[in-house]
Formats: sequence, C-alpha cells, structure tokens
Amino acid sequence: MNVVTPPAALTPKDFTSDQEVRWCPGCGDYAILKSVRATLAELGVEPRNTVFVSGIGCAARFPYYMETYGFHTIHGRAPAIATGLKIANPELDIWVVSGDGDSLSIGGNHLLHVLRRDVDLQFLLFNNEIYGLTKGQYSPTSKQGTRSPSTPGGSIDNPVSAASFALGCGSRFVARSIDTLQKHMPTVLKRAHQHKGASFVEIFQNCIVYNDGTFNRFTDRDVAADNQIDVVHGEPLVFGADKNKGLRIRPGSLSLEVVTIGENGISMDDILVHDETDRILATMLVAMDPPSFPVAIGVIYCNPAESSYIDQMRPVTPAKNGTDGKSDINALLRKGHTWTVG
Amino acid sequence: MAVTAEEFEEEASRSVLESVVIRFAGDSGDGMQLTGNQFTLATALAGNDLATFPDFPAEIRAPIGTTFGVSAFQINFGTGGISTSGDTLDVLVAMNPAALKVNVADVHVGGLIIVDTGSFSQRNLDKAGYDANPLSDGSLEKFKVLEVDMSRLTRESVKDLGISAKEALRCKNMWALGLIYWMYGRKRKPTVDWLTTKFRKLPTIAEANIAALNAGHAFGETAEMPAEVTAYTIPPANIAPGLYRTVTGAESIAWGLTAGAHLANLEMVFCSYPITPASSVLHNLANMKQYGVLTFQAEDEIAAACSAIGASYGGSLGVTSSSGPGVALKTEAVGLAISVELPLVVVNSQRAGPSTGLPTKTEQSDLYQAVYGRNADSPVAVLACRSPGDCFDTAIEAVRLATKYMTPVILLTDGYLANASEPWRIPDFDSYTPFPAKFREDPEGFHPYLRDPETLGRVWVKPGTPGLEHRVGGIEKSYDSGHISYDAPNHQKMTDVRAAKIAGIANDIPLQTTEQGEETGRIAVVGWGSTFGPISRAVSNLRAEGESISHIHLRHICPFARNLGDLLKGFDKILVPEMNNGQLVTILRSEFLVPAEGLNKVTGQPFKIAEIEDAIRARLEN
Repeated sequence: MNVVTPPAALTPKDFTSDQEVRWCPGCGDYAILKSVRATLAELGVEPRNTVFVSGIGCAARFPYYMETYGFHTIHGRAPAIATGLKIANPELDIWVVSGDGDSLSIGGNHLLHVLRRDVDLQFLLFNNEIYGLTKGQYSPTSKQGTRSPSTPGGSIDNPVSAASFALGCGSRFVARSIDTLQKHMPTVLKRAHQHKGASFVEIFQNCIVYNDGTFNRFTDRDVAADNQIDVVHGEPLVFGADKNKGLRIRPGSLSLEVVTIGENGISMDDILVHDETDRILATMLVAMDPPSFPVAIGVIYCNPAESSYIDQMRPVTPAKNGTDGKSDINALLRKGHTWTVG
Repeated sequence: MAVTAEEFEEEASRSVLESVVIRFAGDSGDGMQLTGNQFTLATALAGNDLATFPDFPAEIRAPIGTTFGVSAFQINFGTGGISTSGDTLDVLVAMNPAALKVNVADVHVGGLIIVDTGSFSQRNLDKAGYDANPLSDGSLEKFKVLEVDMSRLTRESVKDLGISAKEALRCKNMWALGLIYWMYGRKRKPTVDWLTTKFRKLPTIAEANIAALNAGHAFGETAEMPAEVTAYTIPPANIAPGLYRTVTGAESIAWGLTAGAHLANLEMVFCSYPITPASSVLHNLANMKQYGVLTFQAEDEIAAACSAIGASYGGSLGVTSSSGPGVALKTEAVGLAISVELPLVVVNSQRAGPSTGLPTKTEQSDLYQAVYGRNADSPVAVLACRSPGDCFDTAIEAVRLATKYMTPVILLTDGYLANASEPWRIPDFDSYTPFPAKFREDPEGFHPYLRDPETLGRVWVKPGTPGLEHRVGGIEKSYDSGHISYDAPNHQKMTDVRAAKIAGIANDIPLQTTEQGEETGRIAVVGWGSTFGPISRAVSNLRAEGESISHIHLRHICPFARNLGDLLKGFDKILVPEMNNGQLVTILRSEFLVPAEGLNKVTGQPFKIAEIEDAIRARLEN
C-alpha cells in the first residue's frame, strides 16, 4: 500500500460530514462516533480511501456522519458487501459498523464468514442488547427475561456472547471497549486498524431509550474498577480499585479464578500474564461476567495470519482488460477442439 | 493392444442419412454424459450440425439399476437444419433394463434399440420393475433390437491389462461408443486423446478404455450384424464458413460475461453459491483470473448478491448467478442495487419449481420473478438467451446495459441451455464495439445522484477518488443532492426516474424483427429463451407447406423493443409457447392488449417440434 502523507494534520472535523446526527439524545453511539473520528484523525488516514459499510439499525446510520465514502446497505449483509468491495479494491480501508441484531441475528451467517475468511477490515459491533430502531424488541444478546414489546412475559432465549462467537468463528482479532471510555476506545480502534485481517471489536453501547443501564453491572462508576479488567499483552491480569485483584488458573482445573494479591499467600507471581496470542486464554477471558468475574476489555486476542485472503484470491499479475485484452478473449474462445468449415 | 486407434477409410458401402437422433441411457454411474459429450465432439469434428440434450437425475449416485437413477444424453445430428435435440429417437442405447424402461417410449416405430444383454439379469429386471424380460416377451416387436452382451465383450477386450472386474466393467460405455462410432463413421482419435489426457496418471485405465472403444468399433466392422443394422454416413452440414467449436450455454454465458467485462474495461467479480443447474457457470469462471475474472463462492445466495453489489460499488463489474430459489433469496439485494443504482448482472439458470422442484429439469417459469418479483416499484432490465451460442452475445448485452444504465440486469437462461451444446461459429472478438465504463472523477458540481441526461444512469464513482467522498444507501435520496430524503414528492420523482431509466433502454436496443416470415400474417409464434429451437423448426416446417406464419423471438423482455406492440397487432393470432404455465403470454396481453394465447408445458422436457406444429395447425384450422 502506498503511504501518502496527508498535506496537513487532520482533525476529527475533517471526518465529520454535513449531515445532522439523528440518534436519540444521550445515545452511546455519539460517544463512539466521536471516538472513531478522533481515531481516524490521529491515524492520519485519508478520507478518500476510507469506506464505512453498514447494514440496518441505529448503528447502521453511522456512515452518513463520516466524511468518507459510505454505504448504508441492507439488514445483516454489510459483511458480504464489504467483502465484495475489498475483493474489488484491496487498497480501501474498510470499517463495518453493525449492531447486535444486525450482525448476530439476521446477519449472523455473514459475520461468521467474514471472520473465518479473515477479510482485512475492521468490524465494529455496537452491542446494546436490544433492537432500538424497531422500537425495543429483545435482541440475540438480550439477557434472559428481558421484557420487551415482543416478550411481555420476559424473553426465554439464551443470549449469545458476541466475542465468544467471534472466537468460535476463527477470528484472529477480538477486542472490546465501552462507549463511555473515550481514552480506551481509540487505543483499541488503533490496534484493530493496525491488524491485518478481520478485526472484531465489540463495543458495549448503552441504549438510553429501550435498554438503559443494561451494562451498569460493570460500567457504573462505583463498580467499574472492580468489575472491569483492561487486558494488555505481556502484563499481569490485575484489576480492582486498588489493583490488588488478579486472575489465575484455578489449581487442578482449566478455568480462571479471581484472587486477591496479598491474601492466602497469593503474590504477583501467581497472576496470569496476558498473552494476546493465546486463543484458549482469550476464550476464557471473553466468557467472564460479574458478579464472579470482571468483564474483560482491551485487545483480548490478536494473532495475525501469515497470508491475506484477498491477496490469495487476486492474481499475481493483473489481467489485461479493455482493448489490450481483446486478443486474450479471442484466445479463450479458441481453446480446445475447433474446426474450420469452408 | 495398441493404444492408438487406427482410423481407416473403409470402402464398405454406407447408407446416407440426413439426420439421426441417438439417446445414450444407462445408470447415473455408467458414464452416459461422458459418452454423449465424446460423441458430440466427434460429430462436430465430422462437420455435422447438431443439438444435444443431457438429461440426468438429481441424485449423484442413485441406487444402481433403478429407473430413477437413469441418466441419458440425447443428440440430434445431421446434414443441416438441426434446431432441437430431436422429437423421437432413431437409436436408443440402453445399458440396463431400467434405461430401456424409462426411454423406450421415445423410440419411434422401427427405431433401433441396442441393449447390453449382460445387464439383463433377473435382479436388474426386478429393480427396473419388469415382470417379464422385455427382450423375450414380444413387447419390443415394433422396434429393431440389437442384443449384444457388452458387459462380457468389454471384459474380454481388457482381460490382458490386469485390471479388476469392476474397473473392466466401467469401460462398457466406451465399448458402446466404439460401436456407435462405427455405425456413423466417426473418428476415434479425439476420444483416444481425451482418454489419454484424462487418465494420464492411470495409464492402464486409459489403455483399458481405449481397448474397449476399439473393441466396440471392431465388433461393428466384423460381427455378423442383423440385416437392419448397417453403417451410415451423414454428409457434413452446409453451414456458414468459419471457425467452429461446440459450446454449452454455461460456457457461453461465462465467456460472454468475461467478454462483456473486457468491452466495459472492467474487472469482473463473479459471486455465486452452488445450486443446480447454475453452478456450471461458476465452474467455468473459477480458473480465469488471467482474463480479469475473480470468483467468490459466498456463504449463501444473499451474500453472493451482496458481495457482487459491493464489487460494483468498488468499481468492478459485480455478477451473481443462481437458479430460481437462489434468485428469490437475492431479491432484497437486487432492490438495494436498484435503489443505489449500481450495475449488477444476475444470471438465472431456470429449473422446474416451485421450491426445490425438479433441480435437474428445465423450465422457463421464472419470468414473472425476473420482471415483477420484487417488493415495491423496482424495475430492472430482463434479457433471455435463446441457444447455447446466443448466451455469449446476450451476456455481453447484459453487461452493456448494466454498466451504461447503472442498473441490475437479469439474464435468463435455463437448465436445458446450460447443459446443451451446439456447434458455434467463434466470433472475431476484435469486431465487437467496446463500451468502456465511465467513472466520475471531477469534484466540481458533484453529487452522487447526478444523471446522464440521455440514459438517466447515475454517476459511478470509485471509492478512493479524492474529493468525491459521499454516502449512498437504501433509504430514498434527494433527486437534487443524493442525501437521505423522506420528502413525499421527491419519492414520486425518484420512482418515476427509476422507471423512466429502464423504459428508456427501449431506445437503445434493436427493433424487434421476425426470425422467419413476414411482419404481418395469420399467426405469430412468439417465444423467448430456449424454445427457440423447436419453434423455429415448427414454423419452418409449416411455412414450407405454404402457411402464413411468422416466428418472433424476444431477447429483450424488459423493456420490450419499442415496435413489438405494433408488430404483434399485424397478426390475426398470437401463439406463445412457453415451458411454464403462461407467463410471457400474460405480460404481452397486459402490455399490448393483444389476444395472445399460451401453449404451455412443464414436464421438465423441452418442447417437441411436433407439439408446436400441432398447436399452430389447430389455430390455422379455426
């Protein structure tokens, strides 16, 4: 890829389109939009080379608000459209923006395949555990018992874990952040952008109208420190207001447990060090949930493939087309058995 | 045993025939399709005109010996004027009792049936559902029957090669082919070459197949044949000079799309999901990177359509291909392509339905789906291919319209065309006029829904172009800015302009002409798609009797050629033969208020010439 230095340092404003943002006041999407614009400005990417592709849902309005190329498509299919776009033009820097219904319900199949193919793009899943645009029905990530217009007695479906699903699909980059973490999110987005392959980022996003507070158990200011763990490659998995809690492998089992450093003879040496290339560890980290465990955020898994899907798909030498290619077509039509009459 | 076939010019007298219809029939594992394809090649090289009809079961390996596991390949070849694979059989080669049972009804009285008696065991007779052996119960009296123990003769021909009994028996189809080659004076060398290449890693198997082929041929030359079985010669057809090859519809579509992309100066991204009978188009394109073709086997039909749209959004030619049920799944995506006005070619290789229907049997019943089958007011261009060779030019036309008008184009072919082959005069591609796609690069006065005042096609912008960053989507947009617009009069205007754009294509396509006959008369027989062959022969037969009949065949169905209504009104009666329950006929009636009548058939088999002749005659009499 050609590295072109932009003429001047870009600001978030350079990525802001002239369209009025139409999310509900207080929606977590605003914070994510702000973070993404800031990240792109800091990365210094070229607006002309950047494409936002979305499906349907509140999150899917995202492309309209970015001063880049954007394609607002149909429900669930953004990964398929983005894949075709990337095949056609591998130079483009593609971000897919999706929600939990869009990518895990109607579009679950496409998310599976874009991740296993490892198409080089960033996939942002705004998870608010509810259908917002259609006015509040429960979603595939809604907790069991969610009361909604379509489940007045409480939902009975078992929710899917987005990050566990991504790992199960063979995703090589799985990260998480939270809408309100304006310092944390850009660091995660930058890592996602840097990763060659499909980068899956789940962003816990609060829907203030239909599912307000669904993540309070780990996002509320008074519990956040004890119920979140920001994992960093090569650093011990510690958390808590006093940074004295940590994760270790429970002796005699293949599972994690939370321990307190300084209690029961536990020292820093007992605490697991995060290895973002360890898929088994990642699988255990994404399954954690309060009250027994903190929720893992940050880059949970990153293990890039050696070769790119699109590079393998495209020819080594570009084909000739147009007038130059006419003789090729004549040759194609004459391959195999032919005979002359007259 | 020599591995090469010696071709000799035999002096034995051969009776001259104008044309012959042969059907090879056997178990789905007997290699009947390979046998038929080899005979087709040999016949094409002999300079005959020909048309083929491969007919095989949906099951890959149905239980051996059963009637539903019978696979057949029919070829009609002759000195000229071959337009269909033939109404009735002159020769049936039946490799087992089930093949005889399924196909005997199509042999005309006095026709020749060649059976492998080695397969007529009690067990196989039972499996085929025969109470008595048809070879001895007199039921075949009205036919000529040549009973040969092909199984035994094949085993004997390969006995020195040290292969297993099972491997030996697998050469039986080549033995039968050798006999038929003798009967019609076909050269064995192309088949010998093909076998040598196909089994280059298994030279003994190649040798065995060649030995069987030669043995079947030698049997014809030397055996004491019944008087009615003789050798024939079919003089070469008097066809236009040029370089020829055989081509199936699936090959021709694949090459036509590739050629169209070249003329448009675009890379093609062909996105598909496997489905019978459309998969062969994907297979034909899967190894054509050097011609600017990328293929993507998507996770489902929807993803195939969507990835093609993504590719078109990126500035390539996005193409997706399927059969009716798959096209149904693509419908919402086609609506998106209509709304965002991007080129998209959707190839539909139609099959019998609804639902899974008869996957390997042909039908033309997706015309309504192509023309009307979407939510909302969502017009697209619809084209239909008439013959294997015609698929090439119709596919090029689909690419031309899709890129010039920024619209989805549905290209209709069918299971018969996909698999059938015919001799094709290879065009000189240098004589085709390029239609290079134009991409907007100028930011001055740009918005994404700027239109060409003549075609009404919107501007096409490749993401990556500086200064033209913009957003498109499925929400209605302002005619004047391309921004999201919920404004009611604007929606009316956009709906109107989308309709006008497709309707305007009528000014960019040839006027409708007749294939045969005058532009006025007693009866117009109007067809589309693969009914071309039988309609054209039926009309020419009746015209030879002096009847006032014309044949009109439509390539452009949406929109129609702008003179079609006037043309139809010049006839007393309009007959529309279709392999569906009456779809084009309804569209013609609603569009032009003409008293068109349908002739409809959905048996999974193409029309016979006689069926169309009879229908025309009935209308001439009234």
